[in-house]
Amino acid sequence: MTAPTDGEPRPLWRRRTPNARYDVVIVGSGGHGLATAYYLAAHHGITNVAVLERGWLAGGNMARNTCIIRSNYLVDASAGIYEHALRLWEGLEDELDYPMQVSQRGVLNLAHTTHDVRESVRRVNANQLNGIDSHWLTTDEVAKLVPILDTSAELRHPVLGATYQPRAGIARHDHVAWALAHAADRLGVHLIEDCEVTGFQRDGDRVIGVHTSQGPIGADRVGLCAAGHTSVLASTLGLRLPLQSHPLQALVSELLEPVLDTVVMSNTVHVYVSQVDKGELVLGAGIDAYNGYGQRGSFPIIGNQISAAVALFPIFARAHLLRTWGGIVDISPDASPIISLTPFQGLYLNAGWGTGGFKATPGAGAVFADTIAHDRPHPLAVPYTLDRFRTGALIDEHGAAAVAH
Amino acid sequence: MLLIACPWCGPREEVEFRYGGQAHLHHPTDPWTLDDAQWAEYLFTRDNPEGWFTERWCHIHGCRQWFVAERDTRTYEFRPNPAEEARRG
Repeated sequence: MTAPTDGEPRPLWRRRTPNARYDVVIVGSGGHGLATAYYLAAHHGITNVAVLERGWLAGGNMARNTCIIRSNYLVDASAGIYEHALRLWEGLEDELDYPMQVSQRGVLNLAHTTHDVRESVRRVNANQLNGIDSHWLTTDEVAKLVPILDTSAELRHPVLGATYQPRAGIARHDHVAWALAHAADRLGVHLIEDCEVTGFQRDGDRVIGVHTSQGPIGADRVGLCAAGHTSVLASTLGLRLPLQSHPLQALVSELLEPVLDTVVMSNTVHVYVSQVDKGELVLGAGIDAYNGYGQRGSFPIIGNQISAAVALFPIFARAHLLRTWGGIVDISPDASPIISLTPFQGLYLNAGWGTGGFKATPGAGAVFADTIAHDRPHPLAVPYTLDRFRTGALIDEHGAAAVAH
Repeated sequence: MLLIACPWCGPREEVEFRYGGQAHLHHPTDPWTLDDAQWAEYLFTRDNPEGWFTERWCHIHGCRQWFVAERDTRTYEFRPNPAEEARRG
């Protein structure tokens, strides 16, 4: 990154008032929206683009995730898009010329039951067939890699082994957003905050723009990257989507000495944890069961994940909780994303990422930008169309993707 | 933690309940007449409002009965559900 030459740091993106129209309007300036805008400009030469954000840039789920990146998914469709994303992650700091603490420290997915072991080994084999680095580790190998993990046989859910993806890891979410915003801004993309999209302008079955809190904005194409609010937006068109919005909570501990240099996930006891460079332990688990837009969830979810973490890592018992937060994730019936054209010409959908959106950020952006630019699904997005719920060709990754979504 | 009013047991903590999603969904009366799109709608598409939502809960660790509640998905506040109260008598 170029260092500022004078005393004042320059803003990473410019404040804009919206134009009357754009070639493409992206709704939502989370990671996916920013990445989509960046790839539209950088790879497809479409620079007359606005990203509209009702709050502040990257202040939704992009500021509320657990930073994990990995691609050890079972089925081909998932492996395709998440591995595409991981490969983009590996070059993203260089491409954007901005440090984002991409740290390929590896991800372990623990197996606690005979069934877990079978599923894990099967997934490792499937990963390897798809060219994804993935190994099966025995309990002893796990203990060597993560000395603070309790691998004794007496545990209620003993560690019987783990899958290990060395290329997986974490990335600093804020920096990712700022890097994408900075790069998109330099290419001429307008990033417009405090601009809530309230509906769509239509000409028959064609979407020709949006209505916003800053007035109408015309657009040849509109891409939705609005996560938990996607179905609310689509409902203004009478478009019913197979999405349910749920709170997803995460939490961090106080700053601690380095004790954990890899990411550990467990599906059976359901917790995932990593330690960021700053020293905080970052923990996450599953969604709250009920529908919610409140950006907060219920305490038992936090209680359960902390008990699971303390059972696996006894030394965590002395850590203090620093803060918890909740995002709103949109869950599809097969817990896989929807990247799709819609019944409305000029309207494109990137949604349903549920609990797994962060890791896909560059991949989702690249694939969605390509889909918008060419008005047809990117080859990796073909399985992810909205129509799969009608044809029945679901992407049945649910519960097989190393951790339940 | 939500405090949920079970119509039979009174207010209990959320952990005693299982969530059942949108209420008042009915199996198609004549399934053979549905095309694939209508089946998809029945199987997969639910209301997802930001605001009041009529939904089902089951008091699994109490009376084990299903009931219908109304809850605001923004604030998580419950309000009395007249239909449920009438059913209880």
